[in-house]
Amino acid sequence: MSLALPAPDIARALIRISHEILERNSGSANITLLGIPTRGAHLAKRIASAMETIEGTSVQMGTLDITLHRDDLRMRAPRALMPTVIPPLGVEGRDVVLIDDVLFSGRTIRAALDALGEIGRPKSVQLAVLVDRGHRQLPIRADFVGKNLPTSIEQSVVVHLTELDGADEVLIEGPLP
Amino acid sequence: MKHLLSINDLSKVDAISILDTAQELARVSDGPMKKLPTLRGRTIVNLFAEDSTRTRISFEAAAKRLSADVINFSSKGSSISKGESLKDTAQTLQAMGADAVIIRHSASGAAQRLADSKWMSGSVINAGDGTHEHPSQALLDAFTIRKHLSKGADDLTGLRIAIVGDVLHSRVARSNVLLLSKLGAQVVLVAPPTLLPVGVESWPCQISYDLDEVIANVDAIMMLRIQLERMSEMYFPNAREYSRYFGLNSDRIRAMKAGAIVMHPGPMNRGLEITADAADGARSVIVEQVANGVSIRMAILYLLLAGNQEFAETGVSS
Amino acid sequence: MKNSNYLLTGLTLPNGSKSDIAISDGKITQIAPNLSAAEGFTKVDLSGSVALPGLVDLHTHLREPGKEDAETVLSGSMAAAKGGFVAVSAMANTSPVADTAGVVEQVFALGQSAGFVDVFPIGAVTQGLNGENLAEIGAMADSRAKVRVFSDDGSCVFDPLVMRRALEYVKKFDGVIAQHAQDPRLTQGAQMNEGEISSRIGLKGWPAVAEEAIIARDILLGDHVQSRLHICHLTTAGGVDIIRWAKARGISVTAEVTPHHLLLTDEGALSYDPIFKVNPPLRTQKDVEALREGLADGTIDIVATDHAPHPAEAKECEWQEAAFGMLGLESALSIINQTMVATGLMNWESVADRMSYAPAKIARYVEHGQVLTVGAAANITIINPALTYRVDRDLVASRSRNTPFHGMDLQGAVTATFFRGHPTFLNGKLTSVHQGTSERAGN
Repeated sequence: MSLALPAPDIARALIRISHEILERNSGSANITLLGIPTRGAHLAKRIASAMETIEGTSVQMGTLDITLHRDDLRMRAPRALMPTVIPPLGVEGRDVVLIDDVLFSGRTIRAALDALGEIGRPKSVQLAVLVDRGHRQLPIRADFVGKNLPTSIEQSVVVHLTELDGADEVLIEGPLP
Repeated sequence: MKHLLSINDLSKVDAISILDTAQELARVSDGPMKKLPTLRGRTIVNLFAEDSTRTRISFEAAAKRLSADVINFSSKGSSISKGESLKDTAQTLQAMGADAVIIRHSASGAAQRLADSKWMSGSVINAGDGTHEHPSQALLDAFTIRKHLSKGADDLTGLRIAIVGDVLHSRVARSNVLLLSKLGAQVVLVAPPTLLPVGVESWPCQISYDLDEVIANVDAIMMLRIQLERMSEMYFPNAREYSRYFGLNSDRIRAMKAGAIVMHPGPMNRGLEITADAADGARSVIVEQVANGVSIRMAILYLLLAGNQEFAETGVSS
Repeated sequence: MKNSNYLLTGLTLPNGSKSDIAISDGKITQIAPNLSAAEGFTKVDLSGSVALPGLVDLHTHLREPGKEDAETVLSGSMAAAKGGFVAVSAMANTSPVADTAGVVEQVFALGQSAGFVDVFPIGAVTQGLNGENLAEIGAMADSRAKVRVFSDDGSCVFDPLVMRRALEYVKKFDGVIAQHAQDPRLTQGAQMNEGEISSRIGLKGWPAVAEEAIIARDILLGDHVQSRLHICHLTTAGGVDIIRWAKARGISVTAEVTPHHLLLTDEGALSYDPIFKVNPPLRTQKDVEALREGLADGTIDIVATDHAPHPAEAKECEWQEAAFGMLGLESALSIINQTMVATGLMNWESVADRMSYAPAKIARYVEHGQVLTVGAAANITIINPALTYRVDRDLVASRSRNTPFHGMDLQGAVTATFFRGHPTFLNGKLTSVHQGTSERAGN
């Protein structure tokens, strides 16, 4: 097990991502952040908070659970649903930024796009992730990336966040390539 | 969990997870696009050997919102007529590749016979079997009660709920006594002695013959439909006497405590067990029960069918 | 002509003593230990087995005429022989009902031509079992079938006036009325015993009082008109108490209990499998214990099987649709051994009484129920109490397969049955006295 990203690096990455989102979208007025539970939701909260500090105005933020749109439901026991909370201004015509902790095969984001499609029609959908570990199985890419982590397929990337796990860290587990 | 035949199939944790799942799914039903792809490609059969429009439509809506294919067998339609046995019907459904059968039948135990038999291999969901149980009704009742009265708790601890009417013949009463007590509520059955089953003292609830004594102290009151045929079987002398002692009218509504709600599984005999004022008044959540029914049934179908049956025995994963 | 001389060795008699038995031309010629086989005698080693006087079943449904898909007199006779019986009484609820001399003579003749047991038809009490008009009791009594037992079993003779008349009328023919005690008003649509379980699982209850009230009424009626009364298939502790009370006052009443009511309870209904659906229903453990006590102390006079075959479609359905009844002939003696003898409640002498002497006496079957002695007819039932009888519904001799004991290992197995000196059941084979039909019984 190796430490790929210690807490201070995570904090800096999230600040940088917050600035990048604001830069790309010319401010937060039309932005809706949607974190994908569980850890994406916490990251979305942090990014929203950072953006509010930078801009001085409140930011629309919520969560988007993708369980019902997963393409691998039949492969394991039924999963509990996580909450989906859409902020007051909704998603219609807005620039939605999906936020997740790790981008891997891309299937989670594919499901998120389907889930989002059933809620409304955003003006644009962008993706911010803390870690991109490669090995895409679908044509999905992130717009904002905290860190690119090359990994082998046998390894796994573990993200810990203080809100859930007591500390901030990104770890890589498993055999070296 | 492969089948849902009785509330006894559910632990307290299972029941709460159904309520929580329904809560999330209710949001879907409120949104603009009511459909989810989750059960696409799955075939669900409604096997209704007993007339029931509302339960069948509720299950059908639930299945379709999850994109499953729905096939309806009803007593007035094709196969279930006098002469075609449950076994023959089940084998036909198996040949059609039914992943799940939702069965409503006049014989107690019909759902269990279907599940235990080797006639078909899909999941069996009991939508009401004779006078035995109606698990999805109890779950939607519990969901409704929780939504209005639990103040954020995930169960029903501390609540007191009265179920009033023909308990003897009521599968709704049996399932509710089991579920509401499992979720921590206190249940009291109110009925004339003729309509309480032998051995009811051993059920996890209290008994009373006096509605007026009970009504001021309950958080929710669930009125059961009284069938007019019962009069010819002498369970009570006539409709007037029944309404006088056990009917929910405006006076009794006024006697209820603040915030208490009025429920009814439907269909109602307006004027017999419940007056129009009570059914349509501010305390009534009867219409909402119907909407909640779809969310609960979506949750049941999701939890029984979306995952892999092999792993299903171990319960819900997260 | 097949050899009709047999030497049965290594047996234990009902009184507990060890002995051999020699049979010649249909009669017992010797009973003594260590007999030596003479010329022309087939020796059968039955060490470890108990010899009982041939069993008599006062309550069997042979279904013929009318429901031959479930059973015929032939198949029922074979099942009886396999269970150790040499005589069975065939209940009258056939189609047409056995309420005339013609029908009872037909059943009697079928039994004779089958050649496995003596089939004694029971005559109906009322025409067509309608409970309203008396059947031709005299004609049936005087027929070739010589009916002495009359019963509307399947239905209760509910009208007290009809029951009174029937009890009075049979006195002329030395008959006995066998009542199926069930108040129809209290048991409309009833499915199983009324109790905690029926309420929980939503099946309509059949309360004990519906049986006991009729028993009490008929005991008083029978006493009032000084006629013999027999109570079919007793199932409740309360019923045992009532019979005990009556006998203490010298009232002439007899009662029977089925093997299934000595072993099974209403818990079988929890599965909703109608293999356990029977009338009168299986009751509670307390009732089972009271029935065992009553049989042991003689309050209950006899064991009778109420063998009730049904075709598969009558049981492969939901409970409400299913027919009432279970098979009983082939497993009866094993169940009595397991529940009464192996538990020490009864000895073999008592079994001989409850399953041979007493039923023959009640029904006036003079050739049956005879103590095993030299000169008596060689009607002998052999059971090995140490063997296990694995019940397999696919191997029964009955035409139907509705046994609730399928898959159970019962303690004790019938190994041979001799009917008038002829082995109808021996070494797993069934053979009629005519050496006509013979079937591999398997065991």
